[in-house]
Parts: sequence; structure tokens; C-alpha cells
Amino acid sequence: MNYVTQRLLTFPLILLGVSVIVFVAIRMVPGDAITAMLGTEAGLLTPAQRQALAEYFGIDQPIYIQYWRWLTGLFEGNLGISSIYGRPVLAVILERFPLTLELALLSMVIALAVGIPAGVFAATRNERASDLAVRLFAMIGQSTPNFVFALLIIYVLSVYFGYVPAMGTFTPLFVDPLANLSQLIFPALTLGLAFAASVTRISRSAMLDVLSDDYVRTARSKGAPARSVVWHHALPNALIPVVTLSGVEFGYLLGGAVIVEEIFALPGIGRLVLDAINQRDYALVQGTVLFIAFNFLIVNLIVDLAYAALDPRIRLGNR
Amino acid sequence: MMGLIRAIARHPSGRIGAAIVLIYIVAALLAAAGLTPHDPLQQFRIDRLKGPNGTYWMGTDLLGRDTMSRLMLGIGQSFTIAFSSVALATLAGTIIGLVAAWWGHLWDGVLMRIMDVLLAFPAILLAMLIVAIAGTGTWTSIAAIAIVYTPIFARVVRGPALSLKQRDFVDAARTFGSSQGFILTRHLLLNLVAPLTVQVTLALAWALLTEAGLSFLGLGTQPPAPSLGVMLSESKNLMTQAPWLMLFPGLAIMLGILGFNLFGDALRDILDPKTQGRAA
Repeated sequence: MNYVTQRLLTFPLILLGVSVIVFVAIRMVPGDAITAMLGTEAGLLTPAQRQALAEYFGIDQPIYIQYWRWLTGLFEGNLGISSIYGRPVLAVILERFPLTLELALLSMVIALAVGIPAGVFAATRNERASDLAVRLFAMIGQSTPNFVFALLIIYVLSVYFGYVPAMGTFTPLFVDPLANLSQLIFPALTLGLAFAASVTRISRSAMLDVLSDDYVRTARSKGAPARSVVWHHALPNALIPVVTLSGVEFGYLLGGAVIVEEIFALPGIGRLVLDAINQRDYALVQGTVLFIAFNFLIVNLIVDLAYAALDPRIRLGNR
Repeated sequence: MMGLIRAIARHPSGRIGAAIVLIYIVAALLAAAGLTPHDPLQQFRIDRLKGPNGTYWMGTDLLGRDTMSRLMLGIGQSFTIAFSSVALATLAGTIIGLVAAWWGHLWDGVLMRIMDVLLAFPAILLAMLIVAIAGTGTWTSIAAIAIVYTPIFARVVRGPALSLKQRDFVDAARTFGSSQGFILTRHLLLNLVAPLTVQVTLALAWALLTEAGLSFLGLGTQPPAPSLGVMLSESKNLMTQAPWLMLFPGLAIMLGILGFNLFGDALRDILDPKTQGRAA
């Protein structure tokens, strides 16, 4: 069985596993669902009312029947009703998703635009002072948690520039692109520069590997200009590990950057999960976590398939 | 062992990383022994929000508590959680990886697919989900971070264990009639020490990061107990009046992670000749 078929076959299996974990996890929360839903008002219910509610929500059924109902509901896009918002979970998620998607794309652009040139530059000046400086910055960048970086950015902006990023209400891209960008640029810089550090390290080491390859030496010896050797001959091959790493990171970012969204008060997917957990909205926790894991798996599947398409050794399955 | 220590001392980033980690451990031990400059929980009401000075080297917070003492105790808390969770993850991951590689077939398929399922959740999200179920607390944080990083150790062990299993010396041991337990520990595990050591050091950096993140979000260590993440989150609204409240915990988290990263990279350079000079 080759790699692609194997990957495609295990995908639904893992998705099923994820759904089981999410479903079981939420049911392991102490206390019953009705109390969680109604709070203190649940104490006022008569046993008959409780029974009626349990029947209404289907939680009087055995757990496997509940799971089956939930699973079949998923295929119809029914993730349940959020108790905070009083609306379908899927609708709430889809409302928050554009922000997270835009933030993820913007951060990726920043990370790659900074990281790849920095990595290539460092690799071509291996072990010289400029290489060491780039490596030092990359190491520090990789070790700085994004929440430390986010706070630092806010501090510098407010103290030295008297500028406070607009927080609270979020302006969608298509309503006012400029206002939208001014809100997203600093969170995107936070996430993007942190990830740029990893991109720099990976592209530097991949570039070093490739630059010592025979075909690069051939290109050099036949007199190709140094710039062309680096950017046209070496870089495309050095980019393969960068693509993989970026794919995984993009998958993570689609799950929302919980902490950065919290600091910059952005209503994205990450903060939705946090609010759902803090306010014990279990349908929403369940729905968002499943949504995030689903995105993450899809992105990883696409990256793996793209990788296989680029590299015949993997496609043919002799790993 | 002495050779390894000497190699680390010779490696430039290994030296810096090891020094940082050692300073942190000493600070944490001093705090655990009660040897902080002030009582970390005592509120010196007249000295509220004082900047760094001769009495309070790193200033005081809104309640007049000494930042440096709290920082030392916070490092202890973060390190306790990081070391315990990584120890648990290493143990569980190693057992799972070895079982999957050695018995193969169904064991391998089932165990590694479960690991794949766990890896489908972003780390902080899975940790948040576990905390949401079990409630906040030191033990929950440890368990949550351990569960998050177990699949990584399982993968790190399974790959090399699979190739070791094919090697002639394992076949030879089997022919001699060595017991499975002996082969697993003596021949497989012992050969996995190098990759595991590197992974443990790097995982400590991630664990510190995850712990700080959870605490920052209010899902980890609960106030008034100091933790680096809690201190940073408390500093958020005071950053213009009292920047030192943000600066010191922020730097402490960053340097701690940097220390483990540098140390881990040095170990990888030393233990794996293939990557010599590659890691920045």
C-alpha cells in the first residue's frame, strides 16, 4: 500500500478518534449537563421537569446512543446550541473564523517574508559574524513566548509612540480594510516574527545541506553567478522542509492563537474556546475543539499529500 | 558521563544553556528552602508599586509584594510542573513507543493511531481541554502537559526502536535466549538514551512555555501562589505605571526557555554527529 492511500485511509479513522475523545472528555466533566446549562436555576426544577429536559436533550439515553446521535448530527452540520449565545454552535464558529483565518494568513506572510531571506543569508555566510547574529536572533525569537512578545509590543507602542491598538470591537476586512489591518497588524507581527525564528533556523540548515550538494557544485563550476546558484538552484530544494514546517504551523494558527487573541482582545476562534471553557458552555467547547482539530488534520493531510507529490521517494512508499 | 559534561562545557551554546538552567535551579531551591530576600506572600503595604531599588531588587507589585521573591518561588513552581510533566511524558511515551515497536502489528497500529489522535490537537488547546475537565491545580497542569507531550516521546522512541529491532545484535541476543525484558531494556532502551536526552531537554522548554501559557490564561497555577505566567498576566494592566512587573517575569520565562533550547541543541550536536554545527 503506498503512502498516499495509507494516509487517506487513516484520515477518517483519526477523525473518528478525535470525535470520540472530544465527546467523552466533555462527559467526564463533574456534574450533570442540565445543571451546567441552567446554573443555579437547575435547583428549582422538580424531578419531573428534570426528566422532561433530559428527554428533550436526549441525555436520558445510554452514552453510545448519545454519541451516535451527535455523530450523525455532525454530518448535517449540527454541532448543538451554544448556551452563552443561544445560537447554533456552527453559526457562532463560522462568525469568528474569518478573523482567525486572516490573522493566520497575515502571520504566515510575515514569517516567510522575514524567515526565508534571513535563513538563506545566514547560510551563505556560514560561521561569519553576520551568520552568528542571525542565529542568535533566531534562537532568542524561538525562545520568546508570543505572550511576552505581545505585551512588549503593546508596551513599546503605548509608551514610546502613544499608540494603543484598537481593542474590543473588531472591524471585518470588507467593511474597512484599513481599520481592519491596523487592528490585525500587531497581533500578526507577534505571531509572525515568533514563527519567523523557526523558519530562519530551518531554512538555514536546509540551505546548508543543499549548498554542499553535488549539483550545486556543478552549477558553480560551470560558472553560474553566485546569486543564481543560491536563489534558483539551491533554494527550491531547500524549501521542502520549510513548506512542511509552515503547513503544521498554519494548521496550529487556524486553531486560533488563544493567548495573543486574548491579549489583543480579538474575537477569534481561540478566544471563543477560552470563553466557552470559562463559562462552561460545553456544546461550544465540544464544537470548537472538534472544528480546530478538524482544520489541523485537513491542513496536515494537504501538506503530506503535497510533500508526497514533490518527493517520489515518499509517493512510492519505500520509506 | 564526565565526558558528556566536558563536551557540554566546551560547546559555546551548551555552556550558556547549562549555566542558565543551573542558575534557575539554584534560585528555585533557595526559594523552596525559604531563602528569598522577602516573604513572597507578605504585603508591604507602604511600599506598593515601588520600582527596583536597594531593598526590593526587582520592585514590588500592586499589593506591595517583593517581585524578586515571587519570581524565585514562581520559577520553582514552573520548574516543578515542567520537570514532573516531562518525566511522566518520557516514561509513558517510552513505554508506548517500545511496546508498539517490539510487538508490532495490532499493538503498533492501535497505540500509534491513539498517539496520532492526541497529536491532532494543538498543544495548548488539549491542555486547556484537560484543565476544563479536571479543574485547575498543580496536578492537573502536570497531567495535562504530560498527556500533551507523551505522543512526541512515543514517536521519538518507536522509530529508532523499530530499526534497532532489525539489528543483528538483537537477533543474537534472542538466539542466546535473553529474555524480552532484558533485550528491551538493555539493547533497545540503552541505545535510545541519546535521542531521548535531547528530546527531554527540548520538551522541558515546551513544558515551561505551556505552563506559563496556561497560568497566563488563568487555567494553571492559581493566585496568590506565584507563577511566572500569573505574574505576567497580573502585570498586564499596570504595564505603563510599573513596567518592571512585566519585564522581570517576561525575561525570566524567556531566558528559562532559551536555556533549555540552547542546552538541548548542544546535546543534539554532541550526541548526534550528523547535525554537527547545523543547529543555530
